[in-house]
Amino acid sequence: MCLAIPSKIVSINGKKGIVDMGGIKKEVGLDFIPEAKIGNWILLHTGFGLEIISEKDALETIEAINEAYHVMPDEY
Amino acid sequence: MNTKEFQNPKLIKKIVDRLKRNKRQISLMEVCGSHTMAIGKWGIRDLLPDNIKLISGPGCPVCVTPMSIIDASIDLKDVTIAIFGDLMRVPGEKGTLELARAKGLDVRIVYSPIDALKLAQEKETVFVGIGFETTIPGIAYTIREAYEKNIKNYSVLTSLKIVPPALELLASADDINLNGFILPGHVSVVTGANAYNFLPEKYNIGGIVTGFEPADILVSVDRLLQQVEKNEPKIENEYSRIVTPDGNKHAQKIMKEILEIDDGIWRGIGKIPKSELKIRKKYSDYDAAKKYNINIEYKEDKSGCQCGDVLKGNIIPPQCHLFEKVCTPSNPIGPCMVSSEGSCAAYYKYERKQ
Ligand code: SF4
Ligand code: SF4
Repeated sequence: MCLAIPSKIVSINGKKGIVDMGGIKKEVGLDFIPEAKIGNWILLHTGFGLEIISEKDALETIEAINEAYHVMPDEY
Repeated sequence: MNTKEFQNPKLIKKIVDRLKRNKRQISLMEVCGSHTMAIGKWGIRDLLPDNIKLISGPGCPVCVTPMSIIDASIDLKDVTIAIFGDLMRVPGEKGTLELARAKGLDVRIVYSPIDALKLAQEKETVFVGIGFETTIPGIAYTIREAYEKNIKNYSVLTSLKIVPPALELLASADDINLNGFILPGHVSVVTGANAYNFLPEKYNIGGIVTGFEPADILVSVDRLLQQVEKNEPKIENEYSRIVTPDGNKHAQKIMKEILEIDDGIWRGIGKIPKSELKIRKKYSDYDAAKKYNINIEYKEDKSGCQCGDVLKGNIIPPQCHLFEKVCTPSNPIGPCMVSSEGSCAAYYKYERKQ
């Protein structure tokens, strides 16, 4: 039930933001992530941004995993 | 956001190869319904060797919402009843809200609690607010809005459950044979990974907060295996791209401000101490249970549905004698088949042996 979807903030107006979900624009409450900025990827759930997704952590996680299992960066 | 690399078949194969070298019998529980779906969708049970078992847990709020909530909603008169779509077909003793709507009850599906609050501009509205930590802050937000803006015709019939006490119940059972927990991704966004530290500290069982891509899940299985191997249970966080150690402080703050901890009734399981958030006295005008004198009690399911055993990991869905024969997504007998993330629905969709 609490499926949460990554989406990108395209504009902010006070505590409300607009996100782009694959072409569809939606209003979201930014009350729980007041530090969010335009261009951030956020986790969206029932109309609220729940967290800012760290692209840096995403990259680091996959790099660490690839390294741990000896997968070369361009190996697909 | 590109997560394709977490689906890289070469990587998946290498993780699986490594997992196959281990011959130890282990059982891990995935707590979250979204994980159950992801595991089904990516065929992860088939990739794993037979000695590694994944058991589904109490992972979806729809499945554990007590029957009394459904029945009480059906009994409400002259109000708009706002619900999340997943609740529409969940049976109580008095049938479903879907059937009640066909007979004239004003039931509306909302995507966000904010939409429920908006409905109150037209007519007295009761929002059936169910959820885990992921959903609770947004529901609390509408109660504060209604209070601050003095909106009188809005109230919430709550079934707001928190996950750690349910894990505590499972971990403290005498006959527990779980070796670790795959911890929910999106619940943990709010609670933070540290919320589970009691598992290794008190019960000597580890866990890992995990994302929803196949590499996330397989890597987590491998890490839990290593914990068991070394007998070093701990809480790890594989999903650090979204989950922090302490969670979302703003979300936690509004939950604390509006709600307080109480014992909770979980469908199929019974009462779990300190597992539910109820509306504080200060906001009791917005508490539908008070406004309409609703008493939430535990009701035994008389349909023969074994969701309770499924949620506790005692059986897997195909072991329920109604599974597939009587109970299907188009004719669901219990909540675990209704909810899109219920274990029975996930097994029906992805794991039926043809
Ligand atoms: S994320 Fe969804 S499926 Fe997972 S525990 Fe939360 S409500 Fe259940
Ligand atoms: S298969 Fe149906 S009846 Fe059996 S436990 Fe699942 S939901 Fe209940």
